[in-house]
Formats: sequence, C-alpha cells, structure tokens
Amino acid sequence: MAGERLLDVKNLEVSFYTYAGKVHAVRGVSFHVNRGETLAIVGESGCGKTVSVQSTIKLIPMPPGKIEGGTVLFDGKDLTAMSDRDLQSVRGAEIGVIFQDPMTSLNPTMTVGRQITEGLIKHQRLSAQEAKHRAIEMLSLVEIPNPKERFRQYPHQFSGGMRQRVMIAIALSCNPKLLIADEPTTGLDVTIQAQILDLMKSLQTKLDTSIILITHDLGVVSKLADRIVVMYAGKVAEAGSSEDIFYNALHPYTQALLKSVPRLHEETKRELLAIPGTPPDLFVPPKGCAFAPRCSYAMRVCLDHQPGDFAAGGSHTVACWLMDPRAAHVRERHAGRAGDAGARGGAS
Amino acid sequence: MGRYILRRFGLMLAALWVIVTATFFLMHAIPGDPFLGEKVTEAIRQNMLRKYGLDKPLWEQYVIYLGNLLRGDFGTSLKMLHRSVNDMIRDGFPVSALLGLEALAYAVTLGLLLGTVAGFRHNTWLDYLAMFVALIGISVPGFIMGGLMQYVIGLKLRWLPIARWEGFRYTIMPAAALGLGTLAVMARMMRTSVLEVTSQDYIKTAKAKGLSQREIVFRHVLRNAILPIVTILGPLTAGIVTGSFVIELIFGIPGLGKYYVQSIFNRDYTLILGTTIFYAVLLVFLNFLVDVAYGIIDPRIRLMRSRE
Repeated sequence: MAGERLLDVKNLEVSFYTYAGKVHAVRGVSFHVNRGETLAIVGESGCGKTVSVQSTIKLIPMPPGKIEGGTVLFDGKDLTAMSDRDLQSVRGAEIGVIFQDPMTSLNPTMTVGRQITEGLIKHQRLSAQEAKHRAIEMLSLVEIPNPKERFRQYPHQFSGGMRQRVMIAIALSCNPKLLIADEPTTGLDVTIQAQILDLMKSLQTKLDTSIILITHDLGVVSKLADRIVVMYAGKVAEAGSSEDIFYNALHPYTQALLKSVPRLHEETKRELLAIPGTPPDLFVPPKGCAFAPRCSYAMRVCLDHQPGDFAAGGSHTVACWLMDPRAAHVRERHAGRAGDAGARGGAS
Repeated sequence: MGRYILRRFGLMLAALWVIVTATFFLMHAIPGDPFLGEKVTEAIRQNMLRKYGLDKPLWEQYVIYLGNLLRGDFGTSLKMLHRSVNDMIRDGFPVSALLGLEALAYAVTLGLLLGTVAGFRHNTWLDYLAMFVALIGISVPGFIMGGLMQYVIGLKLRWLPIARWEGFRYTIMPAAALGLGTLAVMARMMRTSVLEVTSQDYIKTAKAKGLSQREIVFRHVLRNAILPIVTILGPLTAGIVTGSFVIELIFGIPGLGKYYVQSIFNRDYTLILGTTIFYAVLLVFLNFLVDVAYGIIDPRIRLMRSRE
C-alpha cells in the first residue's frame, strides 16, 4: 500500500473576502500524502498551512473563505466537487481532525463519552450501547485511566493533555484513513507534548493511518514526519523527505528557519537567530518570490518573477530561483555559507 | 446539592429581611402620611392615625409589622376601606401573572427564534429584518405600541377587542405590548450568543466529526447559546408577571400593576410594603430557580456547587 497517494492536493487557491479586501491566503499549493506516512506542513503563523489543509474538507468558514481553484483528490474522490452533505460522510469517518487548543475544542456542556459516540452512531450506525463500548475502548487506547468513569465526565474535569487525548480518541474513533493534526501540541506543556507525540506515533502504527501534521515546531516535525512541506506566504517553498529538509535544505527560507531553532547544547553562546523582516501582506501578494525582501541571496529576478518548483532529486522540490541552471554561478558563490547552514541545521 | 439549596434559602430569607426593613424605614421617611391629603379636621386625622397604630413610635410599628408579616398578614389598606392587602394581591396577581406569563411566552419563543435565525443567517436580510424588529421593540415603549395596536388592530381592523379582561382574545394585545421589550432583548442577546458560540472551536470539532448543520445547531450550538439567556430570565420574569401599571391601565386590566404606583402616591403604607415584599419574594425566588436551572444546563456550575 505504501507509496500510493491517499490525498493529492493540486494548485489549491483559497481567499478570504473581508471588509478590508480580499486576502489571498493560499496561492497555488500542491502537496500529497501517501498511505501510512506522516506529512508535516511547517511554516510560521499566517503562512496558510492550516487554511490549506482545512480547506481540503471545507472546514474553513465559508464565507468569508472561498476555494477558488485546484483539486483535492482523496482516495480517488474529488473533494472540492463534493457538496457539504456528501462531505459529511468523509469528515470524521475517513478523515479525522485534531485541533490546536484542547481547552476549547470540546463542547463544555456535553459529556466526553457522548462527544465520542456521536460520530460512531452517525458514521458506523452503531447502537448507543455498541458506541459506548467502542468509545470506552478508544479512551483506553489513548491511555486515559479509568475510561469507564471518564466516559461520563465533562471536559472541565480533564486536564489539557487528557483533553487532547480525548480529541485524538474522537478523531480516530471511526478508523479514518487520514488524521489531520493541526498543531496538536502547541497548547500543551513540554512533557505532555512528548507524551502526545509518542501516543500519535504508536497509534499510527497500530491503526495504519496517514497523518498530516501542521506545526511551526521543527522539534515536533523531526520526531514524526516522513516528508516535510515548508510553506511561506501561501505557497510551498520547499518539499521533500525529512532527510532532504533537515540535512540538505536548499531554499534560503528553510535554511533560515533551521538556523533560528534555539539549541541547548551549543559550545559558544550566541544570540538566537531571527529572520529579519516580516512576511508579506497577503492583501497585496508580492509579484515575485514572497521571501525575496527578507532573503540574503535575493537576485533581481526574484523580485519580479515567481519561481517555479525546481526538482532537486527524489521527491525534493524547491521553489527558488537559485535552483535555476542559469543561477549556477550565484549558487557556487554562496555555496560555502549555505552548505554550512544546511549542515548545522541538520545537527539538531 | 441539598446543602447548597439550604444555604441559598437562608440567604434568600436574609435578603428579604433587609428589603422589608429598608422599605419600611424609607417609606416612613417620605414626608406626609396617608391621611394628610383628605379634607378632615385635625382631630379626625389623629383618630385615624391612632386606629391604624401610626401614632406609636416607629420601632414599635416596625416590630408589630414584622410580627404580622411572619403570620403572613400584610395588613389592611389604609386607603381602600375594608380591603386587606392580602386580598388585593390575591385578586390582582393572578391577572397580572397570566398576562405576564403570556407576554413572556411570546417574548421567549419569538425572541429566541428571531435571535437564533439572525445569528445563523447573520449579515443577510433575515438578520437585518430581525434586528430591525428588535430595535423597534427596544426603542418604542410598550404603552405606545399598546396604543398603536389598539388603534390599528382593535379599532381599524377590528381583529381583536380593544380593552377589558374577559377571555383569551382580550389578552393577546396587552400581552404582546407588554412582551415586546423583552422580546427585543431576548432576540439581541440570543443573536450575539449564537454568533459567539458558532465561532467556538468545539463547533469546528463538531463539524470535523461529520455532523450535519442541523445536528450541530441542535446538539452543540443552542444549549451553549442559551446559557446567558437563562441568567436574565429570572429577573425578567419577576418584572413581567407582576404587571405593568401603564399596560394594565390603557387596556383596562384589573391587575396588580396599578397598586404599585397608586400606593406610593397615596402613602398607603401597608400596600406599599405588601406589594414591595411580594415583588421581592418573587424576584428572589425566581433568581433561585434560575440558579438551579443553570446548574442543570451547565455541568461546570454543578461541580462548583458540589465542592461547596
């Protein structure tokens, strides 16, 4: 089964129509997820990673959001062409979602048990009793102690980490083929983060689910991801296997991102590196490469023309003019610095 | 829960005692007395004061009143001869309560409906229409609306009787006029509440589960959206079932509302105290009921109580 594409997103375009004008949040994004693998989508806040992924099952608020182009093939079905009613049988049943903030993602006035059984009764047509049985099973699967008692409790009786486990139980209850984890550990403290990540990893092998992991935390990515997509300003900057990105980052943005990860064991004390400048305003998307104004390697072409995706061996693609054969001499000139950065990034 | 209710009950009694005491002394602090306006000689006036015990020192009157109150006796009206305050409340309250409950029923059902529709279809013409109705309800006082309805529906269209209190058909217009303000408040609050709840993360979770819009609305949105409404329902109910002086006046309804206003102008001490205490008991008790209801809807509150 491995290698076969489960989700294939091509040229996705999403905009938000606000009072202040149109925000072009996702500008032609393509990515895919193979069966059984974990794809990480990385980028800073507002780069469109959440919108890209949530748009695939139309979870973004519409309006103001609007999917303006592209196709989303999931298990052979085109999700963009499906009506909301038809999508209901995909959401929760074939694609499960975990959100960022476990403190607010559960309904405060409904028992945890009922929030799990809801989906089971709807999608798998279980009786209330069967659903309860299955829900308790799920609660013990996500390692919540006393699942029978916990089934009857309300979300406020759970800690943050426990609530995220409940969210995972809900998302996985119907055996989905794909799990979307949207910053699943951002709202949790570090020790709990590690537990949740371990849990996701073990459940993935147990249940044979593909995962899309959305995060800005490169540490999380290194733990789970098979392949990585780096997004910047509504576009894919670089995509490749985990090794490609961590050991052979070619896009200046990816390199800068890797360099700005704080490290505990560094011989010489140095200031934490930050990427100068701010991401572009997507009310007025830039004409050329969106990263050019912040890029220390920017050329004249970068400001006026958008780079295409250049293949860099295997599944590794880079959207950067430096990869153009005609820019070979520029690349060589920077090679020392860039190579150095790549190696240091890989050491994390 | 049992201990909580007991404690709340004790607090209720304390609150009522404070209200009785404050009303009693404030009332006597108003210049004048019940018989000052009447064209009688000073001797007769003194006799009347003695008859009703108003010549005794204030603290003694207070103790006597409290004693009577504990036996459930509000005393006799000082202005309306041979009418006890208990009788007046017994006659007037059912009428006011019926009118009020009908008004409340209109206000709650229509208000919640309008607010819910406006919330779910916000920024569409349905929303604008609902909020326009609410705006009118808030800005036009009930007695103007009552007068208008009497003119248009009663006099011109002749759909409903203009005034008096002789059957269900007679209650529709005054109840609508009385409930309009509450309806508007309900609609606006419900709209805000629905909007707030629909943007919550857990609604997105519900959608991500693959629930239909209908299931999301009925299972996840409404229950959470109605919480803030329940909070204000207690005081609103107390206000509305004890009648409205103006509405009862223009529709010629023999309710409790008119006694409130008249009793103050007349310095009818026993009636002032009686109606005030009656209103206070109702208000405090309804607030208590709302608290209990709140606990049933919102499990977080239930827990806080069991910890007490």
